[in-house]
Amino acid sequence: MACIEAHGLRKQFGTTVALDGIELHVEEGRILGLIGPNGAGKTTALNAILGLVPYQGELRVLGRDPWTQRDELMRDVSFIADVAVLPRWIKVWQALDYVAGVHPRFNRAKAEGFLARTNIGYARKVRDLSKGMVAQLHLALVMAIDARLLVLDEPTLGLDILYRKQFYDSLLNDYFDQSRTILMTTHQVEEIQHVITDLMFIDRGRVALNCNMEEIEFRFTEVMVHPGKVDAARALKPIDERQVLGRSIVMFDGVDRQQAAALGEARSPGISELFVAVITNQGRRPQGVAR
Amino acid sequence: MSSQSNVMPGSSPSSQGVAAAAIPAARLMYWSVRRELWENRAIYVAPVAVACVFLLGFSISILHVLVEMHAAPWLDVMQQRELFGQPYEFAEDLIMGTALLVGLFYSADALYGERRDRSILFWKSAPVSDLITVLSKAAIPIVVLPALTFAITVLTQWMMLMMSSAVLLGSGHHNLAILWSRVGIFHRWPMLLFHFLCIHGLWQSPIYAWLLLVSVWARRAPILWAVLPPLTIGIVEKVAFNTTYFGSLIGDRFTGGSEGVAIMEGGRAMDPMMMFAPLRFFINPGLWIGLAVTAAFLTAAIRLRRYRGPI
Repeated sequence: MACIEAHGLRKQFGTTVALDGIELHVEEGRILGLIGPNGAGKTTALNAILGLVPYQGELRVLGRDPWTQRDELMRDVSFIADVAVLPRWIKVWQALDYVAGVHPRFNRAKAEGFLARTNIGYARKVRDLSKGMVAQLHLALVMAIDARLLVLDEPTLGLDILYRKQFYDSLLNDYFDQSRTILMTTHQVEEIQHVITDLMFIDRGRVALNCNMEEIEFRFTEVMVHPGKVDAARALKPIDERQVLGRSIVMFDGVDRQQAAALGEARSPGISELFVAVITNQGRRPQGVAR
Repeated sequence: MSSQSNVMPGSSPSSQGVAAAAIPAARLMYWSVRRELWENRAIYVAPVAVACVFLLGFSISILHVLVEMHAAPWLDVMQQRELFGQPYEFAEDLIMGTALLVGLFYSADALYGERRDRSILFWKSAPVSDLITVLSKAAIPIVVLPALTFAITVLTQWMMLMMSSAVLLGSGHHNLAILWSRVGIFHRWPMLLFHFLCIHGLWQSPIYAWLLLVSVWARRAPILWAVLPPLTIGIVEKVAFNTTYFGSLIGDRFTGGSEGVAIMEGGRAMDPMMMFAPLRFFINPGLWIGLAVTAAFLTAAIRLRRYRGPI
């Protein structure tokens, strides 16, 4: 069953188009990374999926309409919308009691197990915890919920690299399994390179790229072109070309790896190179402009 | 971190496909109200603190009771009631006033604070509907606060009576009957309960509902938004028609209207049971109009919260 299914998802704030006809299909058991520049519509898309904003178009999450069936949906979906949304006055034991009281899928022992690995005392208030500890607490609460869909919007924003590493490790090792789906956005694209199974670039409210990670391996090739073969490389219509230390680096979409390797040093691009290539390329093409 | 993952209770895929049973609304309501009490400790701390300060003052003035006992035989029953009963009435008014203030400030912030500190995103991630959230917040000034302040008032008055009695006994007066009968708090308590639950709860509910509505709507300064429109209407009415109907309408809600006045004016002079007029209260159309207004404001607040996010 598809976990998330969207057709022509649109959202407009006044005259600003935040989502301009998004097509989205996420199967159960996938980890989708939603990447885009600031203001691309990532958070709006997540908010629509979480039933936090009304939208136009068709959207089903776990078979439900998120706007009209939000209360039922929230039993099966959990989310961390931001790193700093835990109320500052709440004490750790109160947060545990509350979630245990209202959530049918919360496993308190599991949350306490996660917290036992941290230095977070139960009597402490959120306002007295460090930013990293707040993130750990929120993650412990969310990972103890046996949800079918977990949505993370910039979950590691403002955290140091150790916490970020730990965050993704726990997510993969202690939480994720084939029956769950995770949808996340982040600007730290390199960090999720080995976490996600699917990738979606979104720019100006539109989907710029949507493919899974295996596809990226054989579909895209980045080549540092030998000085004499620049024209040959350009003839293959690279989607992007940039100059580094006097040499051309080109990105090919759907060009055979052998053929590309003949032009220079070829390799699979990282998400960030791909992102820059696809998004800048989008901006140049007039039809890629949403507004 | 990951090395310890094998000792963790693993996630059970077996529980997945099964739709989670809904948590009963009563339980969601219970936890929502508890959470309000965690966040807003002033709800019980403020009336208790005021009661404690009052008791401290009373304990200093307690020696007056001896003077009063000497004066009592020369006074008639009415004057005795006034003499002994006054501090008890004063304690009631003080605690009621505190509760009113706490209720007003609580309501004006209830649905605004969660947006300002962004925690609304956390609350909305829990499977608690806007209906339950708004009703639990409305229950604080309309049900919890009146019940709580009633209990605090009763406890305070009981302690006052005990302190006075102890002083009298300690100074050789063995006949406490005159004090106990003239204070008359035992007769007064049922009426006080009625007063708290019906006047402070039901009759004043439109005020709290209005504040809750403003607190979910306003982007800033909810207290200003709550006060200015009614004030403007009152002033425009005064200027245009030289009348003050709107002002007295609002004023009635605070004082308890004719019902409340009847109770308060009666004071201690009459038999408390005579002032206990629930039937008159419940057939008063003003009560039902007020409750309808409350329902309308709360419905609007529930709808609005649906669209609300952090500010």
